[in-house]
Amino acid sequence: MSEKEDDRKPFLSKKFDKFFTGLANAWSFVRRFFSEVFIPPYEFKEIIHQCYRIGVESLPLISLTGFIVGLVFTNQSRPSLSEFGAASWLPSLISIAVVRAMGPLVTALIAAGKVGSSIGAEIGSMKVTEQIDAMEVSATNPFNFLVVSRVLATTLMIPLLVMYTDFVALMGSFLSVNANEMVSMSTFFVQVFESITFLDIFSSVMKSILFGFTIGIVGCYKGYNSSKGTEGVGQAANSAVVISMFLIFIEELLSLQIVNAIRGM
Amino acid sequence: MEEKVVEIKGLKKSFGDLKVLQGVDLDLHKGENLVVLGKSGSGKSVLIKIMVGLLRQDAGMMKVLGQEVSTLNTKALNALRLKIGFSFQNSALYDSMTVRENMEFPLVRNVKNLTRGEITKKIEGLLDSVGLPQSINQMPSELSGGQKKRIGVARTLILNPEIMLYDEPTAGLDPITCSEINNLILEVKERFNTSSIVITHDLTCAKDTGDRMAVLLDGQFKAMGTFEEVFTHADDQRVKSFYDYNFIHS
Repeated sequence: MSEKEDDRKPFLSKKFDKFFTGLANAWSFVRRFFSEVFIPPYEFKEIIHQCYRIGVESLPLISLTGFIVGLVFTNQSRPSLSEFGAASWLPSLISIAVVRAMGPLVTALIAAGKVGSSIGAEIGSMKVTEQIDAMEVSATNPFNFLVVSRVLATTLMIPLLVMYTDFVALMGSFLSVNANEMVSMSTFFVQVFESITFLDIFSSVMKSILFGFTIGIVGCYKGYNSSKGTEGVGQAANSAVVISMFLIFIEELLSLQIVNAIRGM
Repeated sequence: MEEKVVEIKGLKKSFGDLKVLQGVDLDLHKGENLVVLGKSGSGKSVLIKIMVGLLRQDAGMMKVLGQEVSTLNTKALNALRLKIGFSFQNSALYDSMTVRENMEFPLVRNVKNLTRGEITKKIEGLLDSVGLPQSINQMPSELSGGQKKRIGVARTLILNPEIMLYDEPTAGLDPITCSEINNLILEVKERFNTSSIVITHDLTCAKDTGDRMAVLLDGQFKAMGTFEEVFTHADDQRVKSFYDYNFIHS
């Protein structure tokens, strides 16, 4: 097998060819993940380690961001609702916004920046320092150890982080509502749970799973295919974040259309 | 005649327009240390990467322990890889793991039913044989270049390979550490009864460790034999200049 791609005349232009080759490679990477995820050996220890890194180590940042989002969104929404004498609707508005969109989106974007870049850089650096080759020549499947474990960890942990962000954001919102509207915690949360439906929670969890998978697979793909030494590692980390964020927005848009269609039925 | 553990015939490999290997023939006999010499970029590392299936040849035959590497499926290739130890140029120790975890990694994944005590005993024994028993709980970032090389070699030895492949074992090391690594290569051959291919451009390393030399130039072996045969009676001017540069200029 020779690496003679450069010899071939580009079909459209070099940029287009590179783009479509990249898409094909990414697709085969995703397919490889699904073909290897059910094949033993299962790297349980590594999966748990990655879950800890992705989940527990992200908690401080997620807590702070979620709390501020809830607080600021409540403060920003109050004047508009007050104009119509509807400040009492704040818990409903915030809960719907947080559970349906802001919780998953904010968590996923933060995780894309923190976790996606770290996965891209770590695997990229292992690639350029031949650590992945070293695993391969010792008859170990590096894809299983590095990629499957990380993608499973992000897919499992992002939904949990989203639920946690939702809770923290609602707590932030409650503080503001409590301070301004003198609403008790029980009244606040009764309103919250009256406003959100099973479909809101279900769609939020489903898209969080999708966001988690996207962050993991993009980070691993960019790292696993990095080249050009340390420069390549930087590029892998950077493009892992950019592509993950882009895909998260696209997925958010698509999931919104699907959920709205279901809601309209 | 001694048994051949590696048999290479007419091996070709290109990367785009760059023809790296252009019909390479080579044999490695059991218990032999063969040194492959050549300039940087001459395809020395490519040769041993084809041997372990990290790269695939364009044409030619690469038989390792009687098996044609390019025709093996994943399972058979992995079984063959267990019999080959590959020491990487930059050691390729796993950054995020301690020395113990680095050495455990191939062992626990390839040898089943080992107790914790057996694993520790094996690791300690190997660390002892490379002269670094105290490093067991250190991270790779805490080790020097020479220590990393030693641990890298110990990690490959944990699976009891029949063939050792050393990619530039002395690159970037000071002369004293180079000499220690050369001695380690000889010790490994004696103690673990391995056959080895040492890839290097360092003639001192070649002279100290090799039973036989092969000089790779322009994608082909231009000279082969003992150190004296290759360099004292060198017909090719480039082989001669390789010797002159190493021993006269440096």
